[in-house]
Amino acid sequence: MKVKKKSWYLTIGGILTACMLAFTATGLFWTPYSPTAMSAPDRNAPPSAAHPFGCDQLGRDVLSRTLEGAGSTLTIALAVLVVGAVCGLVIGALCGYYGGVADALIMRLCDAVAAFPSVLLALVVLALTGPGKYNVIGALGVLFIPSFARLVRGEFLKYRDRDFVQSARLMGVSQLRIIFIHILPNIWPVLLSGLTIGFNNAVLAEASMSYLGIGVNATEPSLGYMLKDAQGVLFTLPWCTIFPALAAILLILGVGLLGEGIRERMGGTAA
Amino acid sequence: MSEPIVHIARLNSWYGRGKGRKQVLRDVSLKLAPGEVLGVVGESGSGKSTLAKCVLGMVTDITGTLEVNSPRPQMVFQDPYGSLNPAKTVGWILEEPLRTAGVKDKGERRQRVRDFLPLVGLEEEHLARRPAQLSGGQRQRVAIAAALIQGSRLIVLDEPVSALDVTLQAQILRLLADLKEELGLSYLFISHDLAVVYQLCDRVAVMTGGEIVEEGDVDEIYDHPRHAYTKKLLAASLALD
Repeated sequence: MKVKKKSWYLTIGGILTACMLAFTATGLFWTPYSPTAMSAPDRNAPPSAAHPFGCDQLGRDVLSRTLEGAGSTLTIALAVLVVGAVCGLVIGALCGYYGGVADALIMRLCDAVAAFPSVLLALVVLALTGPGKYNVIGALGVLFIPSFARLVRGEFLKYRDRDFVQSARLMGVSQLRIIFIHILPNIWPVLLSGLTIGFNNAVLAEASMSYLGIGVNATEPSLGYMLKDAQGVLFTLPWCTIFPALAAILLILGVGLLGEGIRERMGGTAA
Repeated sequence: MSEPIVHIARLNSWYGRGKGRKQVLRDVSLKLAPGEVLGVVGESGSGKSTLAKCVLGMVTDITGTLEVNSPRPQMVFQDPYGSLNPAKTVGWILEEPLRTAGVKDKGERRQRVRDFLPLVGLEEEHLARRPAQLSGGQRQRVAIAAALIQGSRLIVLDEPVSALDVTLQAQILRLLADLKEELGLSYLFISHDLAVVYQLCDRVAVMTGGEIVEEGDVDEIYDHPRHAYTKKLLAASLALD
C-alpha cells in the first residue's frame, strides 16, 4: 500500500478552474465595453482605472476582448471535447467489447489519423471548408476521436471478460446494457482524467489555429486570434499580449491541476 | 425418479479454431437429478470448467447431447472480488437480475430483494454498500443471492469457497446446503478440493484429460476408489490433512 500524501492539486485546480469559468461566464453576458468598439482617444492606452487591461492600437478595450475571447475559446474547446469524447466513447466501447475484424480495422484507421499532428490535419480540413467557429469545432472534434477511442477501448478490453460481466451475460442482460450500464461506470475515473487532458489540448489547438489565422472569424475573437493580432505590438503594447495569454495559461493550468487531482483522488491508472 | 435437470451424453467440446483447435471434453456423459448435488473433481486443465461452461450455454463448439431443463442456469464464481460489479451498490446488483427478468416496478424489485436478504444471511444495511466495503464472506453471499434471485433451479458452483478461509468455507457450504433444501435447487459443484466436495455433494465425477474416469456416490468413491487417478487425488488430499 502506498502512503497517501495530502495533495493540493484538486483544491488549487478547482479554485483556479472555478475562477476562470466565472470570468468566462461573465464575458458571455457582460463586458465593460463593446469588444469591437473603437475609440480614437484611447488608442494604445496602458492599463488604467477605466481600462484595467489597457487598450489596443485601435482603441478597443483589452479586458472586454479578453472576456469575449475566453468565452469563445472555452465554448469551442468544450464543443470539440463533446464531439471527440462522445464519438470516441461509443467507438472505443464497441471496439473494446466486441473486438474482431471491425475493431482491428477501426483501430488502424485511428492510428493513421493519430499519426498526423492534429492541428496540421485540421488546417488542411479548414483550408477546404473555410474558417468559422463550426468548421473549427467539426475538424478538431473528429481529430480528437482517436485518442478517446483508444483510451476507452483499452479499458473495455480490461473489463469485458471479468466475472461480473460473465455473470450479467448469464442473467440475460442485453449487450448494450452490459456495455453502457455495467462496464462504463467503472471507467469514469480514467475517462475523467482523459477529458481534462483533452480539454487542454482543445484549448491549445484552437488557439494555435486562430493564431495561424485559419480559425474563427475576426468578428468573434478567441484568445488565439487576439494573440495573433497583438504580435506586431508585442514590445510597444505588451498588455495586448500578456492578458489574453494569461487567461489561456490560467485556464489550462486550472483544468490540468484539476485532472491530476481527480486522478490521484480516484487512484486512477491513466498515464 | 423425475426427469434429470441436466442430461449430458457423449459430449465433446473443442477450444480454439483452425490448427490450434484442441479437444477439451471427450465423450463426457452425466446426469444431474433435481435436488441433487453433483461434484466434478479434477485438477486444472482437466476440463471441469469447460464442462461447467457447456452446461451454462457459454460454449458453442460441441457435439453430442446436452439437455438442460432449467431456465437460465446461473453460476457462482470462485472469486467474490471479481464477480460483483465494483461500481455498483449491493442493492443495485441484486435488483439487476429482476430488472432483466422484466420486473418493471421499482417498489416490487426492492421488496423482493429485501425479502431475499435473510435467506443468504445479509442485512438491509448492506444494500447501500459497494462490494469493496464488504468482507469476502459477505461478497460471496451477495453473489449467491444474485445467482438465485431470478429463480433459477440449477446453479453451477465454480470453486465457490476456495478463495475463503476455512471458517468462512464451512459457513458458506452450510448456507448452500440450506438454500438447496429451502428452494429445491440442484448444484453442479466444480472443485479440486475433495474435502469440500465430500461435505456438500451426493455424487462425484472425477475428471482428467477431458474425460470422466470415475463416477459414483460420494462415500463409495472415497472408500473404494477404483481408478488410479482418483486414488492419486485422494492420497494428495489426505496428505494435506
